[in-house]
Amino acid sequence: MSSPIHAPRRRLTTIFVTLVVLIAASCARATTRDGGDVVLAGSTSIQPFAERWAESYQLGRVTVQSGGSTAGIKAAHDGTADVGMSSRQLHAEESEGLVQTVVARDGIAVIVHRANRVQALTLAQLRGIYAGTIRSWREVGGADASITVITREEGSGTRDTFQERVMGSGVGIAREALVTAYSGGLRKMVAEDPNAIGYVTFSQLNDRVHAVSLDGVLPTEQTIRDATYHLQRPFLFLTRGEPAGGSEQFLKFVLSPRGQSIARAEGLAPVSTY
Amino acid sequence: MRDRMIERMLLLAATSAVAMLALITIFIFREGLPVILDHGPLAFVAGVTWAPSLGQYGLLPMIAGSAVVTAGALVVGLPLGLACAITLAEMAPPKARTVLKPTIELLAGVPSVVYGFIGMEVLVPFIRQAPLLGGPGYSALAASIILAVMVLPTIISISIDAIEAVPRSFREGSYALGATQWQTITGVVLPAARSGIVAAVILGMGRAVGETMAVIMVAGNSVQMPHSLLDPVRTLTANIALEMGYASGAHAQALFATGIVLFVISLGLNEIAGRVRGRSRASVVVAADAPADAEAAAEARAELLGAPAMRPRLMKPSL
Amino acid sequence: MVEEHRASVAPRLAQQVARVGLWGATALTVGILVFIVVFVMQRGLGAISWSFLTDAPQRSGAEGGIFPTIVSTLYVTLAAVVVATPLGLGAAIYLAEYTTEGRLSGIIRRGTESLAGIPSIIFGLFGFAFFVTALGMGWSILSGGLTLGVMILPTVIRTSEEALRAVPREYRHVAQSLGASKWDAIRSVVLPVAAPGVVTGIVLGIGRAISETAAVIFTAGVALATPRSPFDSARTMSVHFYTLTMEGISDEQAYGTAAVLVVTILVINLAAYTLMRRFTRSLR
Repeated sequence: MSSPIHAPRRRLTTIFVTLVVLIAASCARATTRDGGDVVLAGSTSIQPFAERWAESYQLGRVTVQSGGSTAGIKAAHDGTADVGMSSRQLHAEESEGLVQTVVARDGIAVIVHRANRVQALTLAQLRGIYAGTIRSWREVGGADASITVITREEGSGTRDTFQERVMGSGVGIAREALVTAYSGGLRKMVAEDPNAIGYVTFSQLNDRVHAVSLDGVLPTEQTIRDATYHLQRPFLFLTRGEPAGGSEQFLKFVLSPRGQSIARAEGLAPVSTY
Repeated sequence: MRDRMIERMLLLAATSAVAMLALITIFIFREGLPVILDHGPLAFVAGVTWAPSLGQYGLLPMIAGSAVVTAGALVVGLPLGLACAITLAEMAPPKARTVLKPTIELLAGVPSVVYGFIGMEVLVPFIRQAPLLGGPGYSALAASIILAVMVLPTIISISIDAIEAVPRSFREGSYALGATQWQTITGVVLPAARSGIVAAVILGMGRAVGETMAVIMVAGNSVQMPHSLLDPVRTLTANIALEMGYASGAHAQALFATGIVLFVISLGLNEIAGRVRGRSRASVVVAADAPADAEAAAEARAELLGAPAMRPRLMKPSL
Repeated sequence: MVEEHRASVAPRLAQQVARVGLWGATALTVGILVFIVVFVMQRGLGAISWSFLTDAPQRSGAEGGIFPTIVSTLYVTLAAVVVATPLGLGAAIYLAEYTTEGRLSGIIRRGTESLAGIPSIIFGLFGFAFFVTALGMGWSILSGGLTLGVMILPTVIRTSEEALRAVPREYRHVAQSLGASKWDAIRSVVLPVAAPGVVTGIVLGIGRAISETAAVIFTAGVALATPRSPFDSARTMSVHFYTLTMEGISDEQAYGTAAVLVVTILVINLAAYTLMRRFTRSLR
């Protein structure tokens, strides 16, 4: 005869058992995922575009995680994700076992506040600003105000590309630079501070910030495609071995005319493979 | 027989917290200790350059950052919080207390990201544009102010507890000698409640040191040693959260090592607070007229168990 | 006579000044806290509508609603409660009923207190390294729930133990004098009486879990789709809010999410508070 006073213990037992079952089942997780599902992880620059592609993709369920390019490379290696997203080139030791697919080309735009007089910088000036040797806007033709330098965090593919293509191997980004882990956030910070300078993925440009030209070249889809704009990088999708199953289908979609037109609509330079 | 089984199961449950603590400790130390030993603990903790891409892992800027914003939070939060606690515990009429005390405790539940957001939208631009301040706005000052607001409920709750725990006889004695309320408070009540208030401060410190999201949103997160309150800073917590995605062996380990430092500091603060609090409660219980009712005795016992950031008012409902 | 009067003016003046200062500080404190809530509500309530609560996000959350995040928050919190309740209640029963203040209970208490003092980012770090990576659970409700469950465990233990201790000793004596065994007495008499207090602890834990961001973002992930199973990644409301604000995606959507969050937590805290009062009163 089950009476109410036995209920608490039975409930406890049921909860315990459920928990144990769930944990045990999770260890067999890898084999239970639906074939058409794809998990992407990595670059926060690529993330919004991946989400856009995911929204339009009909053949399966696509989940997008962030974490940064380096985390994406690792996730691809470890199998934590089906597809790793990287917005920078891989180092030699990272690329072992991974197949890289270029899904778009992206430029990194150097941005300043809408009202900032400075519209053009040379690469050397940009390097000086980010190294901390040039501290006032006056030194580059602007107002007499100290420059607020903003950068992305360590581990960001955008920062890595910036470091590689602007700073070079010997010079680090200044310690005083403000650091944020979000591209959109960086843009917002620049939009709100008249003395700020930052860099974001080119497709994130909006009318609240202003892109400066580098050595005379402004970032546009054309200058990114023909490589006259120096500060650019490929968006890479990484798979452990050749893409297969759901990943292969998704990649096909991304590289299809439809997928690439979505990329272009969002501001990326499509790859010419289609 | 069945009772023995049940007792064993319950014991198992009881040790779960300790087991989890042990697991977390082992994991964090296992992942982070190698890099500390490789670089030398002193070089790690006292190094001023954090540049993982160059293989440099000096944690001092972040330790300084955490220290500065925590100190700042207390400079603002302690006077305000203590004043509030005194008002609510000693001066407020019962009806005001019924409203104010739960209001403060309810608002303690606001998520830290909301505080951070308001800091981003309101405080940071204000600091940047204010005539006497300036700088990028994202600064140790912004973080200190936001943290102060966040630890206020903690400081207030625990201070109120400490003040209310001072026996009525202490106050009555003081009034009998002709002292004013304020003289009684400063001369008798506060000194008697001192340990509890110190515990409140230390727990508030612990909460400030452990805060991540709100700080990331307003502090600027640069890796320099802070030279002024208007400089951007990075705390230990932000260091972990910002670069967590990084995969490379040594860098990931360095983040765990940051976790170790943070872990040790937090646990240390917790331990100190517990000791201070236990001491205060025990001494007051002994000194007071022996509480005849089970309620007060139970409360005393519960107090000895230590205090959380938001302590449930189980035994003493706000009147 | 005159000197006596002069001597008593200064303390009385100090009293008045102190009074003003203290009430001023209190007004400032309460004012700040109220301002924060009002600020969020004022901007956020306007964004809330039926469609906001039931639609999925579009364009990474710039448009649409927050339905998946509401569901995710529910699931992750449920998972945390499932983890923390049996362990927490069991621990509390043991501490309150089965031990004397000996070495073992001392260790258990110190352990629980220490667990309570660990910053949430450490839980995130641990959860990511242990549940997500080492155990292979990936970014999932399971990982997030387990991590959060361990986080709120001390809260549940502490409150439940206080609730159990609040039940007068006579209740147990009466039950046992009628022939019940220790466990029967606990289960049939003490637990039901202590139940509201125990539930309060769980409710407080839920409140904490819902407002948690650092531990969740690294364990449950940021997937925007509505989760279908415990193995799916899930973006909770606070993580969604954080992402919206940090990426500068949409202020309006951010405020709306914040308003929903704040209302939820205020309701939860209010419920906990009411429960506690009723419980304490019932014991008088």
